[in-house]
Amino acid sequence: MTITATDLMLEATGVSKTYGAVVALRSASLAVRPGEVHALMGANGAGKSTLVKILTGAVRPDGGRIAVRGRERTVHSPAEARRGGLVSVYQEPSIIPDLDIRANLRLTDTPLEPFRHWLAELGLGDLDLSSMARRLPLASLRIIDLARALAIEPDVLMLDEMTAALPANLTERVLEVVGSRRGGERSVVFISHRLSEIASVCDRATVLREGETVGVVDVTAGSDERIVELMLGQIIHEMPAVAEATAGHRGTGATPRLAVRGISSGTKLRDVSFDLYPGEVLGVVALEGQGQDELFDILAGSERPGSGELLVDGSAASFRHPADAIRAGLVYVAADRAEALLMQRSVRENIALPFTARIGRWGLIDLGAERQKVDQAVTKLQIDARAGSEVRRLSGGNQQKVTIARWVAGGVRTMLCFDPTRGIDIRTKQQIYLLLRDLAEAGAAVLLYTSELKEVQLVCDRAIVIFGGRVVAEVGAVDADEATLLRAAYHLRSDAPMPEQVAAAVVDAASVDRPPSEVAGGPEARG
Amino acid sequence: MTAAAIASRQRTLDSVVATARRNTWTIGLLGFLALLLAFTKLIQPSYGVAAVQGLGIGVLPLAFAAVAQGVAVIGGGIDLSIGSMMALTSVVTATAMQGQGEEFGVAVVVAVLLLGLALGAVNGALIVITRVPDIVVTLAMSFVWAGVALLVRAAPGGGASHWLMGLATGSFANEWVPKAAVVLVVTVAIIWIPIRGSRLGLSIYAIGSNRPAAFRSGVAVGRTRFLAYALTGLFAAFAGLSLTASTGIGTPVPGPYTLESVAAVVLGGVSLAGGRGGVFGPIVAVVVLQLIATDMTFLNMDSNLALVAQGVILIGVVMFGSLIQLRRARA
Amino acid sequence: MSATPPANRWLRVDAWRGLLRDRPIIPLVGLLVLLVVVIELADPGIVNPEWASVILRASVPLAILAGCQTLTMLTGGIDLSVAAVASMAGFVTATLVNSPGGVIEGIAVALVAAALAGLLNGIGVGVFRVHPLIMTLGMSFVVLGLANVWQLQMVQTGAGVPSSLRTLGTGTFLDVLPYSLVVFVPLMLLILLGLRRTGFGRLLYAIGDNPVAARLSGARAWQVLIALYVISALMAAIAGLLITGLTNTASVSLVDTSLLPAVAAAVIGGTSILGGRGGFGGTIVGALILTVLTALLTVLGLPEPTRQVLFGAIIVVVAAAYTRVTAES
Repeated sequence: MTITATDLMLEATGVSKTYGAVVALRSASLAVRPGEVHALMGANGAGKSTLVKILTGAVRPDGGRIAVRGRERTVHSPAEARRGGLVSVYQEPSIIPDLDIRANLRLTDTPLEPFRHWLAELGLGDLDLSSMARRLPLASLRIIDLARALAIEPDVLMLDEMTAALPANLTERVLEVVGSRRGGERSVVFISHRLSEIASVCDRATVLREGETVGVVDVTAGSDERIVELMLGQIIHEMPAVAEATAGHRGTGATPRLAVRGISSGTKLRDVSFDLYPGEVLGVVALEGQGQDELFDILAGSERPGSGELLVDGSAASFRHPADAIRAGLVYVAADRAEALLMQRSVRENIALPFTARIGRWGLIDLGAERQKVDQAVTKLQIDARAGSEVRRLSGGNQQKVTIARWVAGGVRTMLCFDPTRGIDIRTKQQIYLLLRDLAEAGAAVLLYTSELKEVQLVCDRAIVIFGGRVVAEVGAVDADEATLLRAAYHLRSDAPMPEQVAAAVVDAASVDRPPSEVAGGPEARG
Repeated sequence: MTAAAIASRQRTLDSVVATARRNTWTIGLLGFLALLLAFTKLIQPSYGVAAVQGLGIGVLPLAFAAVAQGVAVIGGGIDLSIGSMMALTSVVTATAMQGQGEEFGVAVVVAVLLLGLALGAVNGALIVITRVPDIVVTLAMSFVWAGVALLVRAAPGGGASHWLMGLATGSFANEWVPKAAVVLVVTVAIIWIPIRGSRLGLSIYAIGSNRPAAFRSGVAVGRTRFLAYALTGLFAAFAGLSLTASTGIGTPVPGPYTLESVAAVVLGGVSLAGGRGGVFGPIVAVVVLQLIATDMTFLNMDSNLALVAQGVILIGVVMFGSLIQLRRARA
Repeated sequence: MSATPPANRWLRVDAWRGLLRDRPIIPLVGLLVLLVVVIELADPGIVNPEWASVILRASVPLAILAGCQTLTMLTGGIDLSVAAVASMAGFVTATLVNSPGGVIEGIAVALVAAALAGLLNGIGVGVFRVHPLIMTLGMSFVVLGLANVWQLQMVQTGAGVPSSLRTLGTGTFLDVLPYSLVVFVPLMLLILLGLRRTGFGRLLYAIGDNPVAARLSGARAWQVLIALYVISALMAAIAGLLITGLTNTASVSLVDTSLLPAVAAAVIGGTSILGGRGGFGGTIVGALILTVLTALLTVLGLPEPTRQVLFGAIIVVVAAAYTRVTAES
């Protein structure tokens, strides 16, 4: 059976977008049939959000074709996309914080009754519409955003990580509503990192990697493997395994460089303890939002823990400011380069920034010494600094290398890397892997959170897995294959069957033949 | 009473409570104003009708300027050309009305209001088209409009229609209600309240509150900014008219209104970050500041300390606000 | 010209863009020279050492005040209190001219008072995170009010502009070199060097470009901001003394009219009000351009109003040009 273009609800081909020197989308395509729930998959930085923003007019593409119901379209603004039947619920809610919900509805000309209907369906029926959006929790805002989108009955509804910030009961409701759209007139594009959700509600999946569409998969039992394979691509096969079992390097008597003891932070992080030894790369594996952000913020001195203790080289440390952490030798490499770089300043100033941060170093700069240190770091990381007078003109990979070079130039003792390879090209990734290994060999301690599970075996000596704010597993490099890590990340026993079954359970919960009241009165209502 | 009736009463009550909560700052300011008036009467028993009317006339230009600034700031911008637009509209009014009949004065007022709208529109268009930060464009335009004001009339002078001056002086219905206050409230109520409830008003709040979210919600950001500045210009024209109405002449040199209007909107509960607050808060803030100055003279304090007090209050209020935010962020 | 292939032309436009973006001072100096040429054409013979001396004397205080704006704008702030602080400094010095300590005591008191105002500005902006616009605006009310109070206290002792200040403001050495350069040149070198070659200067840019990145790199912004606003206030005080000498008047509102031109000079000089971009070199040229422009319009017989209109128009045009060339493509 072939499907001609006119049978498609939405078709995008060859969509590309670059931000300065950073390529967000190379050549993305997406074809959505009427009545299907279509998953859009890809690792972080693969370009899913950019594609959705382009399809709904929030971002203008550099190239490519977009057709809705077979008719070619250029979408200039979200307002225009709405009128054309394309509506998205973005990761950041499009609710105006300083208006109440009713005003937010009027702003978007959303009919009230359908909105209330969908709100009730999604489990927020008792929401007071005169409440100020600013005062509502993020989860409610996302549900409101979704209900508002559903209320205007769009042809294609796009949900970008809709379930990421939701508690379990609301996630269930959302999946139920999305699932019920299958087989109708209209379509849904569904972005999620959770394979179980994809399996439970989606018909097909388009996989993006590095800004390119690399495959379309029919979602069936067992298609997860195929999706994951497509998402990860050939990186692993091309890469030499850089990790060696260096775990033996640390003698049992060695003092850990960093000892984390019972750190807690609100509900996000509970009683986390682990040791980081000199000479090792310790991986941190977690699904999105399991408390890893809070953990790194605490270690980097950006936030203070609710309770618990940090020991650096065996003595207690408490950080009130990143400067304190830096003085203790803990330096932080952020995933978000926009957070770490002075975009309008030169490569050199960016790398030299920590040198002058302390008040004692406000005086004259020894330019010669500075140049030497900076040049060394630039060489070591192979930074292409040709456009170096402004960092924003560098490519994403080079930008990320600058954020690392900043610390390498000063001599690293402990490096905290939060997903340093997010959204950068394979070559640079490899360079970063090798660099991290080099640092460890030279005696530094590296803590590496990564959203790409394959990296663990490539770079780390061992890994800890965090789930729901707790450390739930520790895995040696040898055993840290993807399946093991994924199981651990979902907090499943190693002999437990993997996501298909989780998915099946969700499908059960969302199945339509049960009376809605029973689904609504879930376990928590009975409990 | 039926359950439905109770529910509906509850709902009304809820919405009253919600409105009150949303306007805590303005209500608090009004309470403070009442206390201040009582205090004034206490320290100066002769404070009476004449003084209240004087207060009304005295605050009218700055109150309109604060409304103008309020609209710009709510939309996420700032307008440093308000004082100059006031000077320009004021000299145009005084020059056009001089020696003319009362009916012609009406035409002049209409034309001057349109002029204000146009001045603001030019500001807005330049901001949207050039993408230069609001503060730079309006700073530059403050030179331009002040220059044009001097071209219209090199020295203070001109005249004003009697009815226009009559609008600002005297009382209305009750001798305790200055006519200026009625003019102010009615004007703002007629123009701002319908706009605030309309899509345009919501859009102005939206672009000030969270511009990307507003864009994704389908708000035409550029057009809304343009219109917000046009409205600012309109209210600046009202402020210029009230300058002429209260003095009977036009003065081509801008007064201290621009910066004082910024102070007033901040004290009036409008967030400089945009999207929060209203235009009545700033009006009350203007009256409070004026009354504090009056009280200080009654207390035989150096009148210049009133200026100091204004600065200290301004800094104190904003500092207090950001302290609360800092603590909340830490909690 | 019409034969030039379009590709070539674009290359040249790009070159201009790059020049304006990376070295804005070159086109700015070009503009300044152009203005000087025009004024010479308009009134042949006017451009001579004496004329240059007059222009310099008028530009120096403006450049210093614009320097206050440049430094604060680099961090994403602004200092609206400079006019009040500058007027206060000149006025206080004038009132203390008959005191036992004489001019020196007056200047010392003025500088201490200015530093105090700057310290409070810095604490408000750096520690309490008050918007710089509001903080410095409020401070300008406080300083102006207190200066007025001081005026009433001091009215008996009699105020007069000390002759040393008059010399500093209007006097020349070697026939044409203004004495104010003796103050300005070291200050200028200090600022230029400070911005380029010191850790403090780097941090100003860093905080303005990306406060989060600066924080993550270990910089404590409040320390930088407190030092910055104290420096800004001290510079304002120095400018105030020069203006007092230049105009031979001491008044609490003397410098008010220079506040907005100071911001304008910084903007024309290529400093971004959003922070992280700009420098003092451009600002100096910006101040010279505004002063020469004023002179040119006087020569052309254009009245003050026209000058103001042109002022505004030039700021918009220059700022729009900067925005265009520095926007991410």
